[in-house]
Amino acid sequence: MKRVLALALLFVAVPVGAQDLLPPAPYAYKQLDDPRQEAEALALMETLRCLKCQSQSIADSDASMAGDMRHQVRSRIAAGEEPEEIREWLVERYGDYVTYTPQVRPLTLPLFAAPIVFLILAVVLLRRRFRKRSEGTE
Amino acid sequence: MIAELGLAMLWLAAALALLQLAAGAFALSARGRELGGIVRPVAVVQGVLCALSFFALIVLFLRTDLSVKLVATNSHSLKPFVYKLAGTWGNHEGSMLLWVTVMGLAGSFVALFERRLREATMLATLAGQAFVSIGFYAFLLFSSNPFERLPEPAAEGNGLNPLLQDIGLAFHPPTLYLGYVGLSVAFSFAIGALITRDVGPAFARAMRPWVLGAWIFLSLGITAGSYWAYYELGWGGWWFWDPVENASLMPWLAATALLHSASVLAARNALRAWTVMLGVVAFSMSMIGTFLVRSGILTSVHAFAVDPERGSFILALLAIYIGGALALFATRASTITEGARFAPVSRESALVVNNVALSAILGIVLVGTLYPLLTEAFDEKVSVGPPYFNPMGAIFFVPMLVVMAIGPMLRWRGDRAARVSGKLAIPALAAAATALGLVALAPTIKPMPFLGIALAVGLAVASVLPLVGRELKRTPLPTWGMVVAHFGIAVALFGVGSDSAFSTEKLVASRVGETHAVGPWQVTLSDIEPVAGPNWTAIEATMAASHAGGAASELHSQSRNFTSPPLVTSESALLTRWNGQLYAVLGEEADDQRWQLRLWWKPFVPMIWYGGLLIGLGGLLALIGRVAHDVRRLRAEGKIAYRRQRQGR
Repeated sequence: MKRVLALALLFVAVPVGAQDLLPPAPYAYKQLDDPRQEAEALALMETLRCLKCQSQSIADSDASMAGDMRHQVRSRIAAGEEPEEIREWLVERYGDYVTYTPQVRPLTLPLFAAPIVFLILAVVLLRRRFRKRSEGTE
Repeated sequence: MIAELGLAMLWLAAALALLQLAAGAFALSARGRELGGIVRPVAVVQGVLCALSFFALIVLFLRTDLSVKLVATNSHSLKPFVYKLAGTWGNHEGSMLLWVTVMGLAGSFVALFERRLREATMLATLAGQAFVSIGFYAFLLFSSNPFERLPEPAAEGNGLNPLLQDIGLAFHPPTLYLGYVGLSVAFSFAIGALITRDVGPAFARAMRPWVLGAWIFLSLGITAGSYWAYYELGWGGWWFWDPVENASLMPWLAATALLHSASVLAARNALRAWTVMLGVVAFSMSMIGTFLVRSGILTSVHAFAVDPERGSFILALLAIYIGGALALFATRASTITEGARFAPVSRESALVVNNVALSAILGIVLVGTLYPLLTEAFDEKVSVGPPYFNPMGAIFFVPMLVVMAIGPMLRWRGDRAARVSGKLAIPALAAAATALGLVALAPTIKPMPFLGIALAVGLAVASVLPLVGRELKRTPLPTWGMVVAHFGIAVALFGVGSDSAFSTEKLVASRVGETHAVGPWQVTLSDIEPVAGPNWTAIEATMAASHAGGAASELHSQSRNFTSPPLVTSESALLTRWNGQLYAVLGEEADDQRWQLRLWWKPFVPMIWYGGLLIGLGGLLALIGRVAHDVRRLRAEGKIAYRRQRQGR
């Protein structure tokens, strides 16, 4: 029954931009009853960017748009959607900017290459240094 | 009149900085040697003039002189005294004036007291310091004049951003600036030593107190900023990987690495090129931080200047100083030998691992902070946040923590692993026991907090090991400093792990009189009423919190309405207990006389900031130890010189 209700809610949802004018979404400031689902929703919300704030996730913002997005996330989790599906849906809607977890794409490759490069550099630097030292002391 | 006086003194200080640079540079050549004598006095007067100019600006703000543009746009006659004072640096122009003032005073201090380096290296250092100052004087005088008058005095000021009207934040920027600018002195020493090819233990010892001082201020500044975000933003978060936060974290990471490599150079005359390089990198990070915050490239509460002209000016300064320093380094690097050698198992090696790991973390934070700006330039917006920084940083942070536990136990030059492994078994066992306990008691814990808490316990035990078997009274202060700072890292890490693993959250719409459970607490909303402050009105919620049937404690959270400028802020209510913090926030009014309440129970969360304070305290102990040693040495040298003089007669 709850699922059906949540799905029905989704159908009446209008584009988020227009929701600023509507009364606050019920799940903006209300937790899900199932603690496991709430934990799932919270983990996802902490990695989604509030588009109207400076560097805050939707899990910690007072902006009304963040509230609307919290409502979206919670009601979709309650309807049984997987967190990553919801993320994809949001990325499709708002672009990569909305997710704090960078998606692996050609555009973000340097971001993931950097730690690998640093790791290789660190290993090479340390190995060279220590090899030179042990030769030097012999 | 005061404004004109302040501006005149600023121009004079800039002219003196120019003189300091020219005289210092000429004095390095054979022909201009006589000019060397004026460099130190000029540096002192330059610093004092700049400080007087800043003092003039403070007076203007305290008097709320509305004929000055900066005062009119950032202050208000009805603001409390302390925020009028803080308003002086709570804006772009004022904060840049504070920057050059601190830099000038630091230069004066070096000119007056630093005598252990060769005179040529000192001249090059002071010339370098002047070279950096000139850029910032030019920036102030040509594009950010703090003393500009309005054609007509304003009737009333605009006020200060209410989020910034907070005692913590009033003193947060100057603390960070002291840190940034302390690194400018390290930078100047590095430049001076590079120019005269004089990189050695004396250079490291002269630079070290400045790095330590800068590092203490950065540690405290970051801690205070994080606590401010925690209680002022009203959602219980304390670190967001926001570019502005990263702007203060990057110099801290570089300064931490520099501090450790300077210790190797001072004690063992090793890691010469690396230490100089870090000296350049550390101040570069300060300037990149300033650029990020000041240029308006990020639009946030911290970014007061939204003006591309200023952004390009700072970018140009950045290119000149970082580019110039790196070019100088490249031309001189081949002439600096690496110095004394050491075995793979030794104190030096542990510190090398620490340096490499810190540099890699710095690289990740830098890439993660700048990459979104880069893609934005190509009209592609991406966000980089905690899900990137946390695991990527952990790749290097976890091995670093392990080495941090072992390193202080190792001897310089070379050691045997077997000698220390017995002692190190104790922290290893403590970490393992904690891990087992966590698995048993909290099987659902996520891998990162699990690792964090276990490592924190291990490190806490390991960090005090260097004191075991020593006569505590005779243990040098810098050793105490190291122990306290490392222990502080463990304490902070424990708080971080505990907060992310065990926090409980409760969001409710509550009527007056209703009770809600959060963690082990029962919180009753007992009253809602309006209150008024000096420049705001608010709705205040009174809550009664009780723990396991014990006596109730009262909490007050407000939703404040500021009028000038108009803004609503949430004032969170905190109840601190030894084992955590209860965090309560009053939100908006919901339907039918119910109010939104946000409640959190955060076990051991204050340890994050206690840890930060311990880190700062550790730095302070080390600094006192080093400076006391220097003072004793100076006195002894003075006595010897005095005796020689008398014997000569």
